[in-house]
Amino acid sequence: MNNAMEKKLALVHLWVAFGAFALAAVMGLYQVVERSGFFGFLESREVYYASVSTHGVLMGFVLTTFFIMGFGYYVATSSLKLPVWNKTFAWTGFWVALTGVVMAALPLLGGAASVLYTFYPPMKAHPMFYIGATLLVVGSWFWCVSMIVMHVQWKNANPGQPVPLAMFATTANAILWLWTSAGVAMEVLFQLIPWALGWVDTIDDGLARTLFAWTLHPIVYFWLIPTYTAFYCLVPKQAGGFLFSDEMARAAFILLVVFSLPIGFHHLYMDPEQSHGWKLLHGVGTFIVTLPTFITGFTVIASLEIAGRLNGGKGLFGWIAALPWTNPMVLAMVLGLLMLILGGFGGLINASYAMNAMVHNTAWVPGHFHLIFGGTTVIMYFGIAYYFWPVLSGKPLYCKSLALTQLWTWFIGMMIMTTPWHILGLLGQPRRIDSVNYNNLLTLSWEPYEAIMIFGGAVLLYSSGLLIYNLYKTQIGTETYQGEIEYAEPIHAPTDLPEYLNSFKVWNIVIAVFMLIAFGYPILQFFLMETFGSGRWGV
Amino acid sequence: MHIDRLEKKWAGISLGIAGLFVAIILGSALFHGIHAPSNVETIDSARLHLSEEFAEDNLGPQRNPDGSITVRMVAGRYGFYPKTMVLPAETSLTFRWVSLDVIHGVHIPMTNMSTMIVPGYVAQVNTVLHHTGDYPLLCNEYCGMGHAHMWSNLKVVSKAQWADMNNQGGATHE
Repeated sequence: MNNAMEKKLALVHLWVAFGAFALAAVMGLYQVVERSGFFGFLESREVYYASVSTHGVLMGFVLTTFFIMGFGYYVATSSLKLPVWNKTFAWTGFWVALTGVVMAALPLLGGAASVLYTFYPPMKAHPMFYIGATLLVVGSWFWCVSMIVMHVQWKNANPGQPVPLAMFATTANAILWLWTSAGVAMEVLFQLIPWALGWVDTIDDGLARTLFAWTLHPIVYFWLIPTYTAFYCLVPKQAGGFLFSDEMARAAFILLVVFSLPIGFHHLYMDPEQSHGWKLLHGVGTFIVTLPTFITGFTVIASLEIAGRLNGGKGLFGWIAALPWTNPMVLAMVLGLLMLILGGFGGLINASYAMNAMVHNTAWVPGHFHLIFGGTTVIMYFGIAYYFWPVLSGKPLYCKSLALTQLWTWFIGMMIMTTPWHILGLLGQPRRIDSVNYNNLLTLSWEPYEAIMIFGGAVLLYSSGLLIYNLYKTQIGTETYQGEIEYAEPIHAPTDLPEYLNSFKVWNIVIAVFMLIAFGYPILQFFLMETFGSGRWGV
Repeated sequence: MHIDRLEKKWAGISLGIAGLFVAIILGSALFHGIHAPSNVETIDSARLHLSEEFAEDNLGPQRNPDGSITVRMVAGRYGFYPKTMVLPAETSLTFRWVSLDVIHGVHIPMTNMSTMIVPGYVAQVNTVLHHTGDYPLLCNEYCGMGHAHMWSNLKVVSKAQWADMNNQGGATHE
């Protein structure tokens, strides 16, 4: 199959993703330096908050969305052996999303949208920021439609056959994202844009926060699913082994999609506008969604063990040494899992209804999500990039040892930066402060940790530079490379797969019921009680 | 369909771990009354100065007949008002927080006094402070350019000391 067009489509998406990442990484180092207050000449709260807002949008929305789209297109075409459906449609989605990014970037960089990537009404940004963010999401919906159409095309052509696992996961992500983005889309379309343009005078903050919470949890699984897809479908092959269980992988992806949606109120534990009962209900759901991650940890580590033993590893732990540690994908996964264990532990604390009060909105929280998103999720994006770039560009990877150094420095930098960040949170430091001005002795205890964080930030920026340099040198290389993406085979090929493990029909109904239960009354209440909206405030 | 015996076991163990955590959380919430602030009470943030409860004279700690204390606080860019306050240790405290402008958050480090303060809503937190000393009240939600300058001071004194201050007519807040 000639898939030159698919390769170009995927590669262009991935370049936008990593371009955004590179810019945001520079901002990251600036922020950690600025906020320490050690370098007085750098201090500017206007620049700091514009930078934090842009860093969040670029890392959280642009890197992820474009990476997921590019990765998804190529997984679809290579696992299904089908051309990408309607390429004009796919490119339209790309341009809509990119236009949105540019529209949002202008006010962000100009300091007219320093409301952070979580919006925080009633602080108002320039309307272009909200409209740009909306277009980015609308562009990603084109991708969702493409994935679902291709999934259906393949199923119609192969009735009764199990959909290849990588595509099953990718379709799961497309469906998850459609459900996920509905919450923030309602907030932006019905509340933020009319209010920012002056069509309505006030905004109900309780409703806005509730709708944002709808999106805020499952969005992290939207980001994570490509990483899990690589854990299950790519790494076992790279490690020289097999996938331990195809069926459990499907079950894990379904659990992720179904249970990551109705649990967003753990972001509102400390909020006054929702009551105990709903928070507890979402809290219980939050613990249920740990199950697919527990299962994933087991299955993918078991797959590594199979590979290690096939490579000649003996004894209880000998297989670990026998893994191909010099394969970038395998290394990325092992380091990613280490960060997942630590970050997951922190996440359980955040999720604990009462314990959360001790860490809520402290420096602990950005420490946590940098470790688990910037760490686990994004390090696998790097691993995937090192595997996909040669295939997509037709050029061999410029330097493998540089890739390994990059992955190790990313891991080390992340550990150096996020460990003190967590500690600062326990020492009471609020998140998102541009300087430390509090008239209290407590702040003295923060200083050494801030110094260590700067060092971590510097290592991370160095690592980011290595990544971009390696991908760029690969791209402009002169040698040719011919290879295709290879997917891991399960030890037991899935046979007589029940339809509920091969389709999302029944799961969409389950999600609809769960969402109605979890969000129905909590949203309706704002229309039943007397509420008082807020006007427009600058920053 | 093939599910390995080990995987079934592990799924069971995972379910057990999650179930244990859920049981502890539900137990502490339902039987010990440990809850996040969630009273779902609305208020017009634009008219706080005209409201009975949050008029300037009513802010700060007020003793209730049962010996507990209600502390009414207004958050606004950039401070928590009253700016300084003295409270007794080992006393049941009910904080009631409102915002007069945008979203804020507040926590007292090393305690579980933490809540979001969302305009249009009253946030209520029940707690007991166990240790005497000087504490900052810190804004922990981005609220604008002065966010990092938003704090107030709290002094926690022993119950007896606090009673003395009040009996002599001394101000417990400014």
